[in-house]
Parts: sequence; C-alpha cells; structure tokens
Amino acid sequence: MKKLKLFAVLVPLLWLAACSSTPNKGMNEGDVAVEDLSAQTSGVDGQGNADGSEYGSETQVVVGEDGYDGNELNDPSNPLSNRVVYFEYDSANVRQEDQVTLRAHAAYLAKHPNVTVRLEGHTDERGSREYNLALGERRALSIRQILMLQGADMSQFQVTSFGEERPAVDGSDDYAWSQNRRVEIVYLGR
Amino acid sequence: MFTRWLKVVATLMLFASWPAHALLTIEITGGSEAALPIAVVPFGNEGFAPPEDISSIISNDLKSSGRFAPLKQSELISQPHEGQQVNFADWRLLRSEGLLIGKVSSQDGENYQVQFQLFDVYKSQQLVGKRYNVPASGMRTLAHQIADIVYETLTGEKGVFSTRLAFVTEMKNADGSKRYALQISDADGANPRTVLQSRQPIMSPSWAPDDNRLAYVTFENAKSEIFVQELSTGKRQSVASFRGLNSAPAWSPDGKKLAVTLSKNGNPEIYVLELSSGKLSRVTHNSQAIDTEAVWMPNGREILFTSDRGGRPQIYKVNADGGRAERLTFEGNYNASADISPDGRMMTMVHGVNGKFHIAVQDLETGAVQVLTETRADESPSFAPNGRMILYATEQKGRGVLAAVSVDGRIKQRLGESGSAVREPAWSPFKK
Repeated sequence: MKKLKLFAVLVPLLWLAACSSTPNKGMNEGDVAVEDLSAQTSGVDGQGNADGSEYGSETQVVVGEDGYDGNELNDPSNPLSNRVVYFEYDSANVRQEDQVTLRAHAAYLAKHPNVTVRLEGHTDERGSREYNLALGERRALSIRQILMLQGADMSQFQVTSFGEERPAVDGSDDYAWSQNRRVEIVYLGR
Repeated sequence: MFTRWLKVVATLMLFASWPAHALLTIEITGGSEAALPIAVVPFGNEGFAPPEDISSIISNDLKSSGRFAPLKQSELISQPHEGQQVNFADWRLLRSEGLLIGKVSSQDGENYQVQFQLFDVYKSQQLVGKRYNVPASGMRTLAHQIADIVYETLTGEKGVFSTRLAFVTEMKNADGSKRYALQISDADGANPRTVLQSRQPIMSPSWAPDDNRLAYVTFENAKSEIFVQELSTGKRQSVASFRGLNSAPAWSPDGKKLAVTLSKNGNPEIYVLELSSGKLSRVTHNSQAIDTEAVWMPNGREILFTSDRGGRPQIYKVNADGGRAERLTFEGNYNASADISPDGRMMTMVHGVNGKFHIAVQDLETGAVQVLTETRADESPSFAPNGRMILYATEQKGRGVLAAVSVDGRIKQRLGESGSAVREPAWSPFKK
C-alpha cells in the first residue's frame, strides 16, 4: 500500500522531469514519418496485446522526393504552422478566427495535390464517450468540407475521430475543455 | 540518498512494465434503513488456515448489496461453527433475523473442505446448508457463491456476487505516454486481470449473453475498430473495420448479432451485424444526425439508441429491422448511453442538466424519470444482471473511478482503486 502511494507521487514527478528534458517537438526538415501499424497479438491465458505504434498529435512532415517544399509549412509566421482548429461545446461549426488558417491549408493542398492530411477530430470529456466519438468525426468532416470548398480534393484527406479519448490537456476545467475540442490537421506527405 | 533513488527508479520501472491493476474495493457511501440484520459468524478453522477469510468476503458481499446489515464482530454473542452450538434465543436478543455459520478444514493447505449453515433465527430452523471441497485458489469464488445462496434464500432474488465487471483503465507511463487496459474483475472489484492492453485507447466493452465474449472498440490500427474476444481462450477477431467510425457494439439477447455504429456511408448510423455471416443491415436512416449507442430490448425485437436528430442527444426506440424511431426522453437537454434492466421495464441513462451529467432511471411504461446521482461527470451506466444496482463511471479528485447505485437511489457504493484511472464499466450477465 505504501509503495503504491509513493508510486502515485513519484510518477508525475518523473514524468515532469522527462518532459523538461525532451527537446522541443519541432519539425525537422528531412524527418520522415514512419507509421508502423503492426499490431502484436497474443492469446495466452485470455490475454491479448494491442500495441499499435504511437502516432498522433505530433506533426509529422515529409519533405523531399515527392517534390513539395517543407519550408512553407515550417515557417512559424505562416498561418500553415497553425494545425489545430478549436470548437465550441457540442458544436462542429468553425469559428471566424480560424478561417485564415483554413484558407491557408486549403490553398496549400490545392497547390500540392500529392500531399495528404489526416484530420483528427477530438472532443472534451463531457457527456457520452460514444456520442463524443461521433462528434469528433463530425468536426473533422466539417473541416474537410471547408477545405474542399476552397480547392482541396477529397482524395487528400483521411478522417478519423478519437472522441474524448486523447485529450490535448488533462483536466476538468474550462481551459482543458477548450483545448480538447479540436481538429488536428496532420500532414502525411503522399 | 542516491541508492534510495535508484531503488525507487527500479521499482518504478517494474511498475511501469506491469499491466495496470485496478484494486477495486467497495465502500458504501449511502445507507438503507430497510437492510435486514444478519449475523455472519467468522468461520471456524481446523488444520491449515484458509488463504481467504470466507466469512468476511460473504459479509462484505451482503453489505454491499445494501439489503443486509451484518452485525459487527464485537456484537456477536457467541461464535458457533455448527448447528448444535447455536442458541437461538441469544440471536433473537440481537434482533438478527438471519444467522450464518460455517467452518473450514484442510489436511494439506491445498484442498479445503468448507461447510456453511444459514438459519432463520425467529423460526429456529436451518434454511440451507452445504458442504464443498475446494482448492485454495477457488476459495474466493466459493465465498461469492455462498453469498449468492444466502442472498437468494433470504430475498427470493438472484444475487450477483459471482458475476464480473469489465472496465477500461488508463495509466500514465513514466515518459508521460499512456497505456490502456481492458480488465475484468470479480463483482466486488477484487481479482482484476487484464484481458487486453494497448497504447491506444480502448472503449465500450460489452458482454455477450454467454458470459464468455466481450465486444469492444480499439484504436490500435489508427482508427476505431470493433473486436470480439473470447475470454476463455483470449482469441480475438476484428468484426467491423469499415471506413469511418466503428463503435458502440451491443449484443443481441441471443448472442448472434451485434448492433453497431458505423459511418461508412458518411454519417453515424445504427447497423445490425450478424456475426456468423458478417451480414450487415442498416437500422437508422438520418443523414444529418448522430445515431449511436444502441442497446437491445430484452425481447430482441427493438433497439434503443442515442440521436441528436432533435438538436440535442436524446434516446429513441426503433425496431431492430428498421422503421420509424420514437423518442423516449423529454426531460433534460441531454440524455444518452441507455441501458435496459433485464426485465425490460427500466432504462438507465446519462442525464445532462446545465452541463452536469448524472445517472438517471426512467420507467419505460410511465416515462417517470428519477435522477440517482449528484456527481457531475457520471457516465456509462450498466445494470447488474438482477436489475438491482447500476454500475457507472464517475470522477473523484479528477480521476476516473467506478461507482454503483441502487435503482431506487438509496444505496450508493464507491469502488475505490489505486494506480490507474478506471472507466467504462460493464456488468456481466449471470454465469452460464
């Protein structure tokens, strides 16, 4: 019992330490995102494993051979550097302030038809998990629709939803909720 | 100091590589005046000491149901282990209506003989008595079985102490990443074991009526996908992996079909998937709305589901072969995650009012709604197989925990835990 308590205190401490020593997760030209989707499963004594590789909220940029220039995406002053769009509670409507960001992504995708993005829809933790999974998809589809209206092609999108399962910020307050109601635009290359 | 830190780190690494353990324990947070007083006398012991304290497991089970008030050990006048040692007049003085006694013996510490006798104190007669041979590893299971017998003998209803709970745990690794596990435990939260673990979220466990298969949703292949896993063998199979959402599996009462939510045609709709053939039939047709969270009525002909076709999530009923849906919930601006009592009379759901989400029940005949909980982030209600209690997920100090409440709201239990956040509980059916 004592051990468990100690554990509960120490894990967050160590975790913080680990975070502070992690280099900034910026994008490096030439980095190639590899998605290893191999799932190991074993069936011993009723136990299974489902360890699909981590992928997700970090931005992954592929540059080079297929001919698009990562610099534009990497420029922090370019609206393209903004990859997250936020939403009001139980809403999939895009806010006015995100129009500039979305116009920039639509224009970029229209100009680079080989580039694909994954739109990941997320919600805050309130309410039903299953409903939220559907709401996350609705948000991602609403972003896709706007980007397509502005010139991107259907074939350039993957749409997925994590509902409330992968919050950007842990917590149960207005700030955490506002950060978690989002769609992440993840560039995949081609 | 340094070596101490090394030790701590070593311990942490050990823990980090372990599957998350839930260590659930029941506390009663609300009481019941109607609870029946019962004396559960500590069982006698001959030879090797038993690995589990049978009488205290039984006593905890009975107490957790809210329908019994076991006497405190200090109140027990005497400690009989066999019928001829019982003086009924003593127990009448204590106003104890039931008296449970028993004993455990073992020659080798591996196999045990256990016997119990349950008496009606006022009638001075034995109601039931049984003797068992059991290996040490089966002691806890046996204690739950005895508690079920006592419960059924005295209330006339089946007990749920031998049933199981499934739930999802989330644990943070030392590097900040998360691990998820699908676990099952005994109904009292003891003996948790991991049946699936993943670095991606796991959702929506659902018990098959055969008590041996779970359907659930994983994200292990970068999108939501429905699996069915056989608990006895660990074998699992992906049953729905279409483009878009694959979520919210719910078993038909005959165990042959799953109602699921798919958005393969662009919008989340309810479908029925026949497991033997893989044949899909679409149930809902509302291209503007989210339709999800199907649950079957016990008659196997109707399905309840959550839909925001009226603007906000509410619960609707539809025939399993399609047709017009009928809205069931009108109180509150958010009703979702329905579950149906085994007799088909009561529905439990998440009931949202002013941004707070409580567990409520609705009488399906009269439409009367009763809100059972006061906490603000309650979700995933699941009926016990005898329909008496509702298990649900809530938050305590910012972390997910499980709780249960009786259908009349009078009895509340908290399943405390340590080590990981717990959520999405599903109560198993009765053992087959």
